[in-house]
Amino acid sequence: MLPHLDSAYNLARWLVRSDAEAEDLAQDSMLRAYRFFGGFRGGDARAWLLKIVRNTCYSWLESTRGTRDAAEFDEQIHGAAEVTPESLAIAGSDRERLARALEGLPARLREVLVLRELEGCSYKEIAEVAGIPIGTVMSSLSRARRRLEQALGAEERKEAP
Amino acid sequence: MSCNQASWLHGYFDGELDAARAAEFEAHLGGCADCTRDLATQEALRKALGTPELYARARASLRSRVKAQLSAPQTAHRPGRAYWRGLAAAASLVLVLVGAWQTATWRADVADRDVAKQVLDAHLRSLQLTHLTDVASTDQHTVKPWFVGKLDFAPPVTDFAAEGFPLVGGRLDVVGGRSVAALVYNRRKHVINLFVWPSNDSDAAPRSGTHLGYAWIRWRRGGMDFWAASDVAASDLEEFARLVSRS
Repeated sequence: MLPHLDSAYNLARWLVRSDAEAEDLAQDSMLRAYRFFGGFRGGDARAWLLKIVRNTCYSWLESTRGTRDAAEFDEQIHGAAEVTPESLAIAGSDRERLARALEGLPARLREVLVLRELEGCSYKEIAEVAGIPIGTVMSSLSRARRRLEQALGAEERKEAP
Repeated sequence: MSCNQASWLHGYFDGELDAARAAEFEAHLGGCADCTRDLATQEALRKALGTPELYARARASLRSRVKAQLSAPQTAHRPGRAYWRGLAAAASLVLVLVGAWQTATWRADVADRDVAKQVLDAHLRSLQLTHLTDVASTDQHTVKPWFVGKLDFAPPVTDFAAEGFPLVGGRLDVVGGRSVAALVYNRRKHVINLFVWPSNDSDAAPRSGTHLGYAWIRWRRGGMDFWAASDVAASDLEEFARLVSRS
């Protein structure tokens, strides 16, 4: 399990958006995975651990709901912005801005993007971790990427005079 | 994007289409400017998300904690978070002890920094959750009695609204494994958390510092440790500390 600690912490950090909580939750998940290793039926150990991390984080998010949802990016308010590969490259080179945009996505979209782009998971692994049918992974990623583009575009417009 | 092949773009981009579908999409790409452009956008997005700073790596302290935990003999009860907080506090204590042969100043600095980190964590937690106050009142005569029976000491509670630091309320918090009183004050739009707990040591003059952009200040007076944390300017926090220690 230990080799996958970075993956566990990274997913927890992006799901709960707090360093301290992510550490606690990643640690809880590692222990849980270790304890229930008997329940592991072979296959992809990382995906199995990440599934536990995800469920642990969602339970925590559920228990603090009401405060956090409000901070998520609202498509209706910000509206859709036209983005180009060039403007994205510029927006994306600003780490803070990119992190803010990613953190602003709804958790279900944020997680597929983090799993795909940061963890390099396959569609099959994403389906397993996120508990969604493999057939919906592609459309979730499509929506997540669109929303992130819009968020980056919206920030750009906000900054322009 | 209105093209009828666009729904395959992400599967193609991620290399998740079967060979026949991928070839079909590739042929389509040759004649579709929209999809070609969107594909370039996806490349840019992937490049941006691939930046290493975006990946949150586990800190060494977390790694060693988990390592110790996984190699420890299994106990009947699953240790809760309080256990690990206690262990963290114990580890901090070891850190302080290791420094014992160093100068007293250096030792105090280490201890201060460690408590400062915990105090600031508590401050940040209080802002993130809907848990800024357990008792919301600007009246010190409401806030002070609220702590009775919840703590084994009576924290001094004074409202400084006239001086520009109105009392907002109080709550229980945990710092270094012990229950402490957290008094919440406002300074303009900012929140100041004042943590108070008893101490057997003699009075100490204020010491201050910053951690992750947040300011803290601490002092000891009349058998109580005081720690204030906030994102206000350091000078504001010092003024606040003067007010509290004079009250």
